[in-house]
Amino acid sequence: MTIYHLYIFDKLGTMMYYAEWNRTKKSGVSREEEAKLTYGMLFSIKSFVSKISPHDPREGFLFYKTNRYALHYMETPSGLKFVLYTDTAALNVKELLQQLYSKIWVEYVVRDPLWSPGTPVTSELFQTKLDEFIKQSALYSIRNI
Amino acid sequence: MIIYGVYIVSKSGGLIYNLDSNVPRIEQERSFTYPLDLMLDYDSKKVSVIFNKKDGINVGHVLTAVNSISVNGNTIEDGRDVKTVLENPENYPLNLKFCRPKLTTNEKIVQASTFYPLYAFASQLSPEPKSSGIEILEADTFTLHCFQTLTGVKFIIISETGLSGMDMVLRKIYELYSDYVLKNPFYALEMPIRCELFENKLKALLEMVEKTGINNLDK
Repeated sequence: MTIYHLYIFDKLGTMMYYAEWNRTKKSGVSREEEAKLTYGMLFSIKSFVSKISPHDPREGFLFYKTNRYALHYMETPSGLKFVLYTDTAALNVKELLQQLYSKIWVEYVVRDPLWSPGTPVTSELFQTKLDEFIKQSALYSIRNI
Repeated sequence: MIIYGVYIVSKSGGLIYNLDSNVPRIEQERSFTYPLDLMLDYDSKKVSVIFNKKDGINVGHVLTAVNSISVNGNTIEDGRDVKTVLENPENYPLNLKFCRPKLTTNEKIVQASTFYPLYAFASQLSPEPKSSGIEILEADTFTLHCFQTLTGVKFIIISETGLSGMDMVLRKIYELYSDYVLKNPFYALEMPIRCELFENKLKALLEMVEKTGINNLDK
């Protein structure tokens, strides 16, 4: 019952940040390779969803589930992408991602004068705040509607 | 319970069966004055909206008719070019009909083979060992349910969001597939399914599920 790991990508597909909590299986390729694979997969899912959707999509892709884990996706209008891997029973992950964006990303990255847009985040303050935020979330368990 | 479509993908990733049911046709007709307030993209295959959605005409919608004469690619049925007609102020007011593009059979085959690697990636990028591929994929307008048999055939249902018990329906479709497709002596594996009996049974099943839910599925 937990959160496995998190990716943050910008609109060009650069991996801005990666954090890991309870991940048990490594994919067997380097982290950069894995990030590229993930981004490529999400990019295809996005186009797949917009083509196959019977109505006009607004937000488009939200999440997918396998028998072992769920991947939740949020994209801001500016193209920033948050990708969170949780167990399949996770609930209200959408709100969590929105809060993560507004309370952690905007506060500790966008307002950090030492961060230049388009580069990976290295700020320690962001790292600790993110870690705190994830650990205090009730989502170390629970099911998305 | 609305089911928009059923797809069957063979173990090598080819689309072998597809049934559309209940696909809403979103069409908007409006009369326009010069200059046109929509931004259009004149592609060689279609004329589509690229900016400014209004009155139900969304970005991505395709022009299907000008003054009730249907449009084919970028020419109107009477032979005139769409771009020249739309850019000539003397032709206004014009009645234009827009519609959300429908997937052609070819595009469906492409989308089915796109899903195949997505399924494989999802299981490879798993944070836990022994994960399957995508079982449920949710977007704001639909949910996709996928069931892969032990032999690698994938059954996919596209339905409205928030339905439960779709895995039961998928298993039922698998049952129909094994009864009416695999037992058909004229059917070659991996080839598109053209079995009338299967199609009829599947339609009956979907109709029943849509009307009465999954509770009456006979085992």
